[in-house]
Amino acid sequence: MSVSAPGLTEIRAPGGWAGPVIDVDVHVHVPSIQTLFPYMQQGWRDFIVERAVGTPPSFATVYPQNAGNVVRPEWRPENGGLAASSLELVREQALDAWAVERAILNCYWGIDSVRHPDLAATIARAVNDWLIDEWLDRDDRLRASLVVPAHTFADAVAEIERVGSHPGFVQVMMPVRAMQTYGRRNWWPVYDAIVAHDLVMGMTWGGTSEGPPTPSGWPSYYAEEWAGEQGVFMSQLTSMVAEGVFQRYPTFRLAVLDIGFNWVPSLMWRLNKEWKGLRRTIPWVNEAPSQIFRDHIRFTTAPLDAAPPSESARFLRWLGEEMVMFASDYPHAYPGDYRRFLDALPESARPKIMADNARAFYRL
Amino acid sequence: MKNYVVARTEDVPVGGSIRVEVNGRAYGIFNVDGTFHALLDRCPHQGAALTRGACIATIESDTPGEYRFGTSRTLIMCPWHGWEFDIETGQSWFDAARTRALSVDVNVEHGEDLAAWLHESQQTGARLPGPYIAEVHEVHREDDYIVLVLPR
Repeated sequence: MSVSAPGLTEIRAPGGWAGPVIDVDVHVHVPSIQTLFPYMQQGWRDFIVERAVGTPPSFATVYPQNAGNVVRPEWRPENGGLAASSLELVREQALDAWAVERAILNCYWGIDSVRHPDLAATIARAVNDWLIDEWLDRDDRLRASLVVPAHTFADAVAEIERVGSHPGFVQVMMPVRAMQTYGRRNWWPVYDAIVAHDLVMGMTWGGTSEGPPTPSGWPSYYAEEWAGEQGVFMSQLTSMVAEGVFQRYPTFRLAVLDIGFNWVPSLMWRLNKEWKGLRRTIPWVNEAPSQIFRDHIRFTTAPLDAAPPSESARFLRWLGEEMVMFASDYPHAYPGDYRRFLDALPESARPKIMADNARAFYRL
Repeated sequence: MKNYVVARTEDVPVGGSIRVEVNGRAYGIFNVDGTFHALLDRCPHQGAALTRGACIATIESDTPGEYRFGTSRTLIMCPWHGWEFDIETGQSWFDAARTRALSVDVNVEHGEDLAAWLHESQQTGARLPGPYIAEVHEVHREDDYIVLVLPR
């Protein structure tokens, strides 16, 4: 039985989009920590058993699996297992359903919430090897983000050095909430490795910082935290632009995932405006921030915000047709009528959004 | 073109500016290390008086953490929004091609020469090399003067 979400399969319905589709954000989940045992030394398996280590805690707090927005009901496995946890499920529900040319897998499993630095590095290595074995090596359509133990910069670098040259890895997943804002120079060794391996930095939902998940305190409710995370993305982009990441790394590519794009034009305008008068404080920013966005950063369609499709099309016009890539964000349950969204776009934009922008940006 | 004697050179400190008015319009006179420049005293953005801003040196960089500090105060920073303009050309830092303050030609003349020319033009109506109009500022033979060159 093929089931998939309204709004996504409609793209492929008669009269819909018949051209190529590249889906830049397909989430996959590690079924359980035992799944990773073949990719660890016996000593770490014992450690995990002795201490009853399970799924890293922030996987459950970032993506509470029974919340309605986290998994679309028809994508929950009938056997009660974890959604998006096997290639067979993902093929049937996503890859085949909207007939992808390529899909980029993003495995957010909350490794950032493992504070044991050596266990975190061990889990990151295991997840990457599992992605290679169980996914990349089994379906030519797939590419993936490699994961890193982001709390220890040197270990993140080592993991990029270890697997960053695998042809299936096109991106390094960096959760939006981090130990430090991503403009800080402490990240430079990680960026050196990302750039040296010609990878994209994929800034994704989730992560754990040293502080609360908003820049100014703790949200009280899940809905509040969920909706408010957009502000963290804004802070990170502002940090990376202001602190000169894109001047230091002229080939740096940043994909901003899981957070749509309607909010971006106003941020670009704001940064441009303030840069005109305050650029002396950040003199390495020697071009308008909006130009930096266009040269280095891409966004995705998911989630399509609740604006009518015609309004989203207007935001896209402000942002630029080259700036947005199609993402299903499978298996999350974002409402969004992609068919109407595409219909609202100028014809020139449709092939760019659905495949060309991603193909060029990720060099697929 | 008309030449207006607007100030003594010593009225404008190095790295500073003064505001003068000619025919109801305000101009800023700037002294960059002994070289004088003039701009219409009006920011092209929203009209602030540029002479109310600070004369500042350039700060440039090619990569985070590295600074190239200019040694001369070659920029005027608008007091309202901090936009920087090149005092010599009027060009803004952030959009040199399209956003610029209006630059005005300026000369420095010695008072003795000015006095002679002023006298000659009054006597003969000759136009060489003036006409110099001293209504704005009185001319003494011993000083050097800043002369604005304006269309009318």
